[in-house]
Amino acid sequence: MSLEEILYSGFLGLLFFYCVLAAGKAVDPVFAFHATIGAIASAAGIFLIVRSFIDRDGRVEPDEINGKPNYNLGPIKFASIAAMFWGLAGFSVGIWIALELAYPALNLNLPWTTFGRLRPLHTSAVIFAFGGNVLLATSFYVVQRTSRARMPGLVTPWFVILGYNVFIVLAGTGYVLGVGQGKEYAEPEWYADLWLTIVWVAYLLVFLATLWRRKEPHIYVANWFYLAFIVTIAMLHIVNNAAVPVSVFGSKSYVVWSGVQDAMVQWWYGHNAVGFFLTAGFLAIMYYFVPKRANRPVYSYRLSIIHFWALIFLYIWAGPHHLHYTALPEWASTLGMVFSVMLWMPSWGGMINGLMTLSGAWDKLRTDPVLRLLVVSVAFYGMSTFEGPLMSVKSVNSLSHYTDWTIGHVHSGALGWVGYVSFGALYCLVPWVYGKRDVYSLKLVDWHFWISTLGIVLYITSMWVSGIMQGLMWRAYTNLGFLQYSFVETVEAMHPYYVIRALGGILFLAGAVIMAVNLYLTIRHGEAEKPAADVALAPAE
Amino acid sequence: MSLMQKHVVFERNSIVLLIGILIVVAIGGLVEIVPLFYLKSTIETVTGMRPYSPLELAGRNIFIREGCYLCHSQMIRPMRDEIERYGHFSLAAESQYDHPFQWGSKRTGPDLARVGGKYSDDWHVAHLIDPRSVVPASVMPPYAFLKDAPLKGDRIAEDMKALRLEGVPYTDEDIANAVADLKAQVNPDGDAEEVIARYPKAVVRDFDGNPNKLSEMDALVAYLQMLGTLVDFSTYDDKANLR
Repeated sequence: MSLEEILYSGFLGLLFFYCVLAAGKAVDPVFAFHATIGAIASAAGIFLIVRSFIDRDGRVEPDEINGKPNYNLGPIKFASIAAMFWGLAGFSVGIWIALELAYPALNLNLPWTTFGRLRPLHTSAVIFAFGGNVLLATSFYVVQRTSRARMPGLVTPWFVILGYNVFIVLAGTGYVLGVGQGKEYAEPEWYADLWLTIVWVAYLLVFLATLWRRKEPHIYVANWFYLAFIVTIAMLHIVNNAAVPVSVFGSKSYVVWSGVQDAMVQWWYGHNAVGFFLTAGFLAIMYYFVPKRANRPVYSYRLSIIHFWALIFLYIWAGPHHLHYTALPEWASTLGMVFSVMLWMPSWGGMINGLMTLSGAWDKLRTDPVLRLLVVSVAFYGMSTFEGPLMSVKSVNSLSHYTDWTIGHVHSGALGWVGYVSFGALYCLVPWVYGKRDVYSLKLVDWHFWISTLGIVLYITSMWVSGIMQGLMWRAYTNLGFLQYSFVETVEAMHPYYVIRALGGILFLAGAVIMAVNLYLTIRHGEAEKPAADVALAPAE
Repeated sequence: MSLMQKHVVFERNSIVLLIGILIVVAIGGLVEIVPLFYLKSTIETVTGMRPYSPLELAGRNIFIREGCYLCHSQMIRPMRDEIERYGHFSLAAESQYDHPFQWGSKRTGPDLARVGGKYSDDWHVAHLIDPRSVVPASVMPPYAFLKDAPLKGDRIAEDMKALRLEGVPYTDEDIANAVADLKAQVNPDGDAEEVIARYPKAVVRDFDGNPNKLSEMDALVAYLQMLGTLVDFSTYDDKANLR
């Protein structure tokens, strides 16, 4: 066995014994359940390591075959399929909770299906499970291709992918069973957070080690964004989730920060989960997949340098715009607003760089629906990064805060930008890693595009109307100087928009189902790629 | 050599790039977060704030467990309509012992920062069991199961120890009496003097209307009934805390 295999087996062995011990001594049933999952997962991990050791029979995959890099594609395949699976699950839960708000009987009078428990399930499934697996899959692909080197490690790449998905299972089952630390987008409890930290360090190491093996002198721009995403998410995750567990054999913990400081730390984390998970990571996807699919070079190299550093510097400051007019000191809230407005510029720098890459290839939008998904995603990115700075202005925020306008804004970014750029990337990536010429059916991609675009339009317009309307109703006064509406009257007024929103979500899911079928057909029945003819390059005369 | 050419250093060396990124992304957080821990003006000086009683703490944990914060804020902004609808705007001091904070970000339901004392216990219990029985247009999920779920409060002292480690001023006495205090707060016929001495303004009642059972409903209603009631605003001087 290699040292790597021995170390991982040893680590998983220790973890197995801790989990068995923890399952026995657990002070609450969910912790016992999660410890059991942990024990099963670590035992399965050891089994997989031993089995692959026996299977490979002393051989190691070569780094190159016939002078060409022998890329490690297995973990990428797994993460692509996991992304599609979690995407469908996350969209479905989203529709379910959207319908709960329109028809509360759908809460089913059960603890596990209430809006409060399913909402974190939806947000985590789409952001961390769907988005996270897309980021893992694409980053492992892009870093290998742009470095022209095989990702090192027999176990580590698989440890990252499988370990990350175990984290998702721990988090998701915890929410439904009522375990969460009460911080939005950071609900998993202390032990899941610790596990993610370990996986994340392994992820950073694999990524860096691949860069160190690169045969290109320069690190490609997409990798700067991936690196910023990995490093910053590590920083945010550790600080925001710092907690003291009540017992090392129990699920409950208390976050070390409190009150106003916790609010600031939370939205420093929360807004930069948007900034670095949902933006920097997906911009990396844009920087590889848009030029690749359009077959054009990135528009401006200088622009990418400027907008990279400006974006990561400014984004971190924007958190306090979630806390306007609260008990957060005004100086912090004002800083958040000013930097959010400034952030508009690097955001549009990225959008321009992505869109202008199409220069000379715009005609492809008519014939290639995959490229259309990628380009429209960049357009949605531009739209929501304009809306964001607008909503961060205090006077606008006084109306929009606490309303559905925020929800609509998030979804124009999540469905339009993150969703579409992920779909576009998966439509490229799955044929590539499975050795197919292209997706099974471009016609189906076209259907996916139009159905889900209609869904997004219904979603965001209904949320604009309901959000702005509710904000105005809350502050409406009669001419005698009394508040015009009771709170529940404003809830009643939301009903038609909640129905329209759910319909938008259903269309978006329908598009994703078409996509899943298309990807399945691509893998099973796609036309194999012809091996590129080895053209001997003639020296120029 | 132009500035753009100097960028080559980052593009050719992954560790330099990594360190560069770390420095650039650390600045904003350091400037915005660190001063909140030492600027005295961050948290107002008020009278009346105290840590949660064991029963209220257990109720708060249920509030967090059920994800109530996803639809209910606990942060009243200083605008005319909010102050008229919900009461005095929220102070940073009022959430100083909240690990984590529960200010929320969405009002699918109304703000709860000062819901304490606004409704009767009976109303809360009926509303939690079936929200539409008292508010026909409500879209809140029903929480009838809380009434049947026994409150697991025998380990609450461990929770208070963890919180004390994080700076919540629970005394040794508070922790030693945690379970007794928790039970005493739902027993209006017993001797509750000690609970009230340790946790001024604590409400001692049988919250869920079933004196034979200490349920999760008891704890949650106890928590809701104390929200926003601690600071005495009749003696609070806004001007003294101008920031």
